[in-house]
Amino acid sequence: MSVGNGGSAGHLAVRDLSIHFPTDDGLVRAVDGLSFTLERGKTLGIVGESGSGKSVTSLGILGLHKGGHARISGEIWLDGEELVSASADAVRKLRGKKMAMIFQDPLSAMHPYYTVGHQIVEAYRIHNQVSKAAARRHAIDMLGRVGIPEPAQRVDNYPHEFSGGMRQRAMIAMALSCDPELLIADEPTTALDVTVQAQILDLMRDLQREFDSALIIITHDLGVVAELSDDILVMYGGKCIEYGTADDVFYRPEHPYTWGLLGSMPRLDRAPTERLLPIKGSPPSLINVPPGCAFHPRCPYEERTEGRASTEVPGLLETEGGHLVRCHLPREERRAIWENDVKPMLETT
Amino acid sequence: MTTPKDTAPVSDAPGSAAAPGEGAARQGEPLLSVRDLQKHFPVTKGLLQRQVGAVKAVDGVTFDVYPGETLGLVGESGCGKTTTGRLITRLLEPTGGSVAFEGRDITHMSQGHLRPLRRDMQMIFQDPYSSLNPRHTVGTIVGAPFRIQGIETEHGVKKAVQEILALVGLNPEHYNRYPHEFSGGQRQRIGIARTLALKPKLIIADEPVSALDVSIQAQVVNLLEDLQNELNLTYVVIAHDLSVVRHISDRVAVMYLGKVVEIADRKSLYGAPMHPYTNALLSAVPIPDPKGRAGRDRIRLTGDVPSPLNPPPACRFHTRCWKAQEVCKQQEPPLVELATGHKVACHFPENAPAQKADAAV
Amino acid sequence: MTTYIIRRLIGAVIMLLIVSMVTFAIFFLVPRLAGATPESLASRYAGRTATAETQKLIADRLGFNDPLVVQYGRFVKGLVAGSEFDTGASIEQCPAPCFGYSYITQQPVWPDLVDRSRVTLSLAVGAAAIWVFAGVAAGVVSALRRGSFFDRAAMGIALAGVSLPVFFTGMISLVFFSYSLGLTAPGGTYVDFTVNPAQWAYSLILPWITLAFLFAAGYARLTRAGMLETMNEDYVRTARAKGLPERTVVVKHGLRGALTPIVTIFGLDFGLLLGGAVLTESTFSLNGLGKYAIDAITNNDLPKVMGVTLLAAVFVVVANLIVDLLYAVVDPRVRLS
Ligand SMILES: Nc1ncnc2c1ncn2[C@@H]1O[C@H](COP(=O)(O)OP(=O)(O)OP(=O)(O)O)[C@@H](O)[C@H]1O
Ligand SMILES: Nc1ncnc2c1ncn2[C@@H]1O[C@H](COP(=O)(O)OP(=O)(O)O)[C@@H](O)[C@H]1O
Ligand code: SF4
Ligand code: SF4
Ligand SMILES: [Mg+2]
Ligand SMILES: [Mg+2]
Repeated sequence: MSVGNGGSAGHLAVRDLSIHFPTDDGLVRAVDGLSFTLERGKTLGIVGESGSGKSVTSLGILGLHKGGHARISGEIWLDGEELVSASADAVRKLRGKKMAMIFQDPLSAMHPYYTVGHQIVEAYRIHNQVSKAAARRHAIDMLGRVGIPEPAQRVDNYPHEFSGGMRQRAMIAMALSCDPELLIADEPTTALDVTVQAQILDLMRDLQREFDSALIIITHDLGVVAELSDDILVMYGGKCIEYGTADDVFYRPEHPYTWGLLGSMPRLDRAPTERLLPIKGSPPSLINVPPGCAFHPRCPYEERTEGRASTEVPGLLETEGGHLVRCHLPREERRAIWENDVKPMLETT
Repeated sequence: MTTPKDTAPVSDAPGSAAAPGEGAARQGEPLLSVRDLQKHFPVTKGLLQRQVGAVKAVDGVTFDVYPGETLGLVGESGCGKTTTGRLITRLLEPTGGSVAFEGRDITHMSQGHLRPLRRDMQMIFQDPYSSLNPRHTVGTIVGAPFRIQGIETEHGVKKAVQEILALVGLNPEHYNRYPHEFSGGQRQRIGIARTLALKPKLIIADEPVSALDVSIQAQVVNLLEDLQNELNLTYVVIAHDLSVVRHISDRVAVMYLGKVVEIADRKSLYGAPMHPYTNALLSAVPIPDPKGRAGRDRIRLTGDVPSPLNPPPACRFHTRCWKAQEVCKQQEPPLVELATGHKVACHFPENAPAQKADAAV
Repeated sequence: MTTYIIRRLIGAVIMLLIVSMVTFAIFFLVPRLAGATPESLASRYAGRTATAETQKLIADRLGFNDPLVVQYGRFVKGLVAGSEFDTGASIEQCPAPCFGYSYITQQPVWPDLVDRSRVTLSLAVGAAAIWVFAGVAAGVVSALRRGSFFDRAAMGIALAGVSLPVFFTGMISLVFFSYSLGLTAPGGTYVDFTVNPAQWAYSLILPWITLAFLFAAGYARLTRAGMLETMNEDYVRTARAKGLPERTVVVKHGLRGALTPIVTIFGLDFGLLLGGAVLTESTFSLNGLGKYAIDAITNNDLPKVMGVTLLAAVFVVVANLIVDLLYAVVDPRVRLS
């Protein structure tokens, strides 16, 4: 991951992004010092448990926290433009056009009182000076491209007349209507059945190739990430704790939390294990992120870092070839634990 | 929809043959016997609210559950899993068919007669947030079954409740706390504790982990397994996550539009699935292995599950099945045993022993 | 959709029938139960000075001695088909809808009602336009700037609006704007719209505002609550993610989603108001239905009271019907069911 040289590094470059919300209960550090870059045509997967700051990150990139209570710092470069310091209106004009988003629950994400076609036309016409008729033709075309049968009839349906999978297809059509350079999908398949999820993931993969956009896919499902991502960013407590290529994260993970995620998950591609290996405890509240390493209350290797885990925030350091890990354990020790203790446990028990 | 694969879609390495419970628990009389169970919800329309049809939520479900085993129930949303669970526990009145518990027909038993049976049969619900009364303390929630059933406990209800709390991994000192003070995983533990209060024999768990985070899911799955071993429980686990179901089940039933289309022990179901729908389901599961994604040959279903209001005739899967022939639209395939303990309802099953498959056509 | 409309229409007709029965019962049956005889009822019509004989005659002529069902049937027939009326001196035609003749003025009630309705309708339409606009606008701004000075001020004023009686605000504003400053027309002025629209508005502006103040408050609070909810909906987030300007997001997506309860309450309020804004009409001495009702009640003029009551009921039922139909326009999900 390249950090440092202006907007030219990567199509999307996020630098040290922090998004904090002051609330009555205290300061919510939803995102804390996040950095990554992403090229067009590439896919970044962001994984983490609920409340780890994934959605806040995506809304932050789209500039949807502007004008709210959020305290935002850091830089977001999209195609050479810096978005954190840009005016709300400037970012609004990019939204939908250069960057678009797909949400988790396609039913509640569409307005129940307008037809699907109307909502796509609306998205298209803000950014393109075209007639209503032309926009409608475009909407029908987009619906066809995302695989809605008989798009010319379906364009006048209301969202509740669509099935869950069709709604998500329509959301994708809406997001892609202006041919965005960056597409963020926040848990796009969590509300869908596996068979429909597989259809939607295929569709997103194909469309990404066709549109050559940069794609960020946010999910808690490691399987979904593995299907699509080139790079993977693992979030915990608002921070990136591991970042690398999909191969790095799946075959050479070095962070105890990533190990924990892999161990928690029953897998169909392996022989059944007798027991899952859960992480103890539960994810932290972002108001009271544990001091030092946020993962230390749940980490089985916490005592190996001689008390530093609870006092000192580990830095996000490169271990090899752009693979970054935030952990106090020395690199050799991490690798040894993975090879000798964790990996064998995951494969058979 | 692409070409189906000839090989089994899921690895079931030979080393796993010794996995626990694999077909082991099937001796003796079934604890629960479900025969041709049906539930039709009437649909009314028009000025006079006359009935114009019925949602055939469950339409002929048959299976047995043996003591000590776990039966997994999988299928897409709306295929009738929850309804089946509610019919078994008689939270819903069956339209047809029968449910027998320990050999006793309870299909139309009155609520009064059911009451003692409720001790033996409990249900865990999906949503740990809405299934606990926010105004009651943990002690009240977990202790409620004692009070409702009027059960005497040796050292008082409080002691008994605290023992159960410890059993499910909660601090017994949480007795006086309220549900909102707990995380999702802890709430699900409270829900489980409540069902355990009366030492049930059978637990129907409806999506017990799907609302939980991955790391918490694993905790609860392990807890369910530990409790099963310790208390000799029998489970029917309803879930849509095929990996979780494989992990905890001994046998698995696959439902499609209100019917069981395949039922087998987990090894043969996941290793050599016969019904095209099961094949499609398994092949749709995303695999957390980035290298594997290029090589995988997948079955892709088109479209969504048809409405249970107007299910397709004969084989209900024929509208989405890549193997469908004319006969599939004319004749409903019966659920027949094609291999030991492996039943499937299909005219052209995959992975089937050759001669038997022919016989089924 | 057609079934939906037909079902609502049938409901409305049944409702009106019930209302007419209940009204009839209240004005004809209850006095009987309370001990009134046909003669004593007739005495109101005949005047107190009439002899017992005249009273009996009149009671006969008006059919007070017939069984109640027959009387009710005659009443409904009058409404639907018109009836003839024997005033003693001559037989008068009373065309449908015939609400009978006033005991006092011996005039048919219906033309009066039509006449008075114009005033009440003028009052209601103008006031409604103001209160919907002001209330909804204030509610939207309050919701968007929750906790701000505007929000607190607007909600404070809203509270005052709901709690202060119309005759109080009406009197104060009359004294101030009309009599002291001379800005608005004095009480009792009414120029019909057909005569001079500008004068019409000028004559009604003060009652409009007074009445609107009372209602706007509730609408502001309702809108604020609705907007606070819808602005947190996922679809509003989607609208923003599309890059829509904030104004479009708020009005087209947020407000549209919050409209349903506003439409409901508006239908009820407007329907009720058409039946007579009693206090406002009295305060500003406007000859609307409300004042008509008061006069009728004070004079014990049964046919008038019946007429006003039924008409008010019709307004409410029709307003409800329109609300139901509007639902289907506002929320497409209603159309299917
Ligand atoms: N009370 C009811 N009235 C009418 N239809 C119902 C009722 N309850 C369930 N259904 C319908 O019956 C079918 C099966 O529902 P059920 O809840 O059993 O599905 P499920 O398999 O549990 O799905 P999910 O995975 O989404 O929980 C669905 O089509 C559902 O809409
Ligand atoms: N507008 C807000 N004000 C205060 N806290 C917020 C706000 N939005 C999100 N949060 C908090 O930020 C944290 C991260 O949220 P989110 O990004 O939605 O998590 P997830 O990783 O599940 O998508 C959560 O603790 C959430 O409660
Ligand atoms: S820093 Fe320490 S506590 Fe944190 S993940 Fe590494 S080993 Fe665990
Ligand atoms: S019976 Fe026919 S349509 Fe049904 S699953 Fe088998 S092959 Fe497919
Ligand atoms: Mg989220
Ligand atoms: Mg269910």
